[in-house]
Amino acid sequence: MPSYAFTLNGKKVTVDAPADMPLLWVLRDLLGVTGPKYGCGVGVCRACTCHVNGNAVQVCTLTAADVVGKKVTTIEGLAPDGGLHPVQQAWIDEDVAQCGFCQPGQIMQAAALLKSKRNPSDGDIDQIMNVCRCGTYCRIRKAIKRAASTM
Amino acid sequence: MPTHTSHDAVPSEDVPTDRSLTRRRFLTYVVAAPVLTVAATSAGNLLDPSRAYGVVPSPPQPENIADLGDVMVAATKQAQDLLVLEVTTDNQVVFRLPRAEVGQGITTALGMVVADEIDARLDDVDVPLEQARQDLGTAQSTGGSSSVRSLWDPVREIAAEARARLVTAAAERWNLPAKSLTTRDTAVWAPDGRSATYGSLTEAAAQVRIAAVSAEPKSPSEYRLIGKSTTRIDAKSIVTGAAKYALDLDISGALPTVVIRPPTIKGKVKSYDASAALKMPGVVAVTELPSGVAVTAKTFDQAMKAKAAVDVTWGSGTVDGVSDTDIESRLTAAIQPMTPALPTTQRVDATFDFAFVNHAPMEVGSAVADVKSDSAEIWVASKSPTGAQSAVAEAVGLKADDVTLHVVRGGGSFGRRIYYEPAVEAARVSKAIDRPVKLMWTRNDDMRHGRVRPRSHHQLRAVHNGDDVLTYEHRASCVELDLGSGTGQALVDAGYVSPTIGTAFFGISQSCPYNFGVVTESLNEVSYDMPTASWRSVYSAQARTAEEILVDEIAKALGKDPVAMRRKFLKTADARAVLDKIDTEGKWGRTMSSGTAQGVALHAEYRSIAACLVEIDCRGEKPRVTKAVMALDVGRQVNPSGLRAQAMGSLMDGISTVLSAGNHLDDGAFREGSYSDFKYARQADAPLTCDVYLLDGSGKPGGVGELCVPAAAGAVANAYARATGKKPRKFPINF
Repeated sequence: MPSYAFTLNGKKVTVDAPADMPLLWVLRDLLGVTGPKYGCGVGVCRACTCHVNGNAVQVCTLTAADVVGKKVTTIEGLAPDGGLHPVQQAWIDEDVAQCGFCQPGQIMQAAALLKSKRNPSDGDIDQIMNVCRCGTYCRIRKAIKRAASTM
Repeated sequence: MPTHTSHDAVPSEDVPTDRSLTRRRFLTYVVAAPVLTVAATSAGNLLDPSRAYGVVPSPPQPENIADLGDVMVAATKQAQDLLVLEVTTDNQVVFRLPRAEVGQGITTALGMVVADEIDARLDDVDVPLEQARQDLGTAQSTGGSSSVRSLWDPVREIAAEARARLVTAAAERWNLPAKSLTTRDTAVWAPDGRSATYGSLTEAAAQVRIAAVSAEPKSPSEYRLIGKSTTRIDAKSIVTGAAKYALDLDISGALPTVVIRPPTIKGKVKSYDASAALKMPGVVAVTELPSGVAVTAKTFDQAMKAKAAVDVTWGSGTVDGVSDTDIESRLTAAIQPMTPALPTTQRVDATFDFAFVNHAPMEVGSAVADVKSDSAEIWVASKSPTGAQSAVAEAVGLKADDVTLHVVRGGGSFGRRIYYEPAVEAARVSKAIDRPVKLMWTRNDDMRHGRVRPRSHHQLRAVHNGDDVLTYEHRASCVELDLGSGTGQALVDAGYVSPTIGTAFFGISQSCPYNFGVVTESLNEVSYDMPTASWRSVYSAQARTAEEILVDEIAKALGKDPVAMRRKFLKTADARAVLDKIDTEGKWGRTMSSGTAQGVALHAEYRSIAACLVEIDCRGEKPRVTKAVMALDVGRQVNPSGLRAQAMGSLMDGISTVLSAGNHLDDGAFREGSYSDFKYARQADAPLTCDVYLLDGSGKPGGVGELCVPAAAGAVANAYARATGKKPRKFPINF
């Protein structure tokens, strides 16, 4: 079984995994990182959204080979040292979450958006495709704007 | 278990009001335990179970007499130790919530009630989900927007009782008059400034025989937390990824398992050959189930890949050959005929059809099971834990009491987790392979074999004289709704069994809020062997939405403005108040561009009322709701932030089910497979602003979780009609 080395939440990891195993399952089943969620397995619901080198990606559509030598960040690693990232804080301040299942992915998507655009427009926020079945979209929008104002 | 009744308080002799038409009495008592543990049981004549409704008479309509929330309270009547509150020596107030938390925010709301009543810091209150307890039965079910409503009184009683005993223990310790002591911040305080934490008093409080101060719950003027917007108590764990759902749990040795499911609904396995799959890397076992063939492997990826290598021969399903058009024909034929109308009468007629809709919670069906020869342990997000416990026990040949079933937080439900197929499947596999397993439905499984809101057909007629509506008739038919679990079972237990549970449920849930003369509403169900389940707002999501569309069409026929029309015909001042609020705040009637419009609708149920105003823009590729204003009267507000969240979520359900989200049935199988073709709203479909106004309410909390779906759906449909000039008749509109 091939071996892959990458940086996960700031730490170097090496994992033996089948070449075609989706990174989502590498993270969840081999490395025990459960923040990224399975919602569809085909990059549609985006509940598994993480960062690879700072960009938002759906880890169900990548393999470990795709991230060799790269920095993979999951919700667990978004804020260093157990603190809260401004987006996480904004999510708490706006009381965004309901069931919470999609929120790690929503937060990772929002954090990546705010990295590329300091003050995203409503049109920019509309581009977010992450599904929230509880329908927290209005509070997500407010939380992104709140985070933008504090970052 | 309780060993003595030390306090016979019976303090809440409720005067019947429009929100509480039944008498509820709660007895509190101290459970023999080393630390203070208080329990409550309900008693008294909760409602007359002899009522059974088929065709719904009017007036008065049965929803006004007893609704599902009352039935849920009634179902708890026989339950002993329904609620248990414990104060631990490390100063935690632990309330084991006999409900599921699937996003509706009840751990926060009831944690607030406990904290307020016992005078604890909210941070010191822990609200774990109670594991399945057969003694609770259906009283442990979550549904009918009844959780806060049914727990409001007893939770306050037990917390107040606990507080009184803690004060008494402190008074004895300090040799001070109990009445001189106060409580705040999870501690008792003496006039001289001394304090003792509840944790330091709990063992002594457990020995207190009679409280020296009143155990009467607070009056509303004394509330510190109740009524104040509070962030979810689990918000931090959610945003940091620490919150654990069933498949996130670290259950030692639990093996990933998925199920190969039939090509059509409820198809059966005829035979299968797993020899190739068993040679694949990581594959541990292949197990036949009543619902398909399970593949267990070391990772979910290996299990999913091995599915394709199992050669299964399938028998026919239960609705093979049946498609939407067939069902639509049968539903139309099954409908109860309209009362014949004279050809000269002025009337408004409309016919509506609503497609099947999957619940589609973000977290797919999942469960962890560890079945041994003489016991089993299950972890599942279940709204019917005792039903799940019994079903697991039966499937693996154990007694229910030998099955420990942990209720895990759920990633959404909307009615889906009333049923617990994944728990039973996981238990069967675990037993067969003698290993713990974690079983997951794929999104395709959830979409094609999960449960759905039944397809329905509605014929509505209003007869008027140009000024007033003289008669109003609503004949509905739907694919049979499976109510045989959870709150549906509670209905059966309460005596609502005739002629079918569904029609009885329809009877107690449907009530026309308008003075439309003689009102007749009925439901006929058509039987198909397919997986259905209550979907948020149950029958009202379709029936009341259809009615709200008709109200707009009646208004047009009478030459009235839709808001003015509603104001004139609404039965209650409370309903007019929420309407007035959206009228004002939503700037009803403002000038709008062609292709855009406002729409309104209103819904009253669960002893609450909601009105919704939306603005829609139909000029683009697809319609978009651009703005929403909602007003709610929910009686006593516990957590306004949580109430608004429920309203906003319901709004998205209204937008989705009216405009885009539904499931096609093609020759015995559902067409949609994931969120790519099941078009639930995304960010670009959500309004840019959504303002939810909560009207001051008193008395007891009404239900809210499902309340706003019909109001939102009706408003979206009415706005669409006004923007496009098209009469919406089949939902979702873009399907």
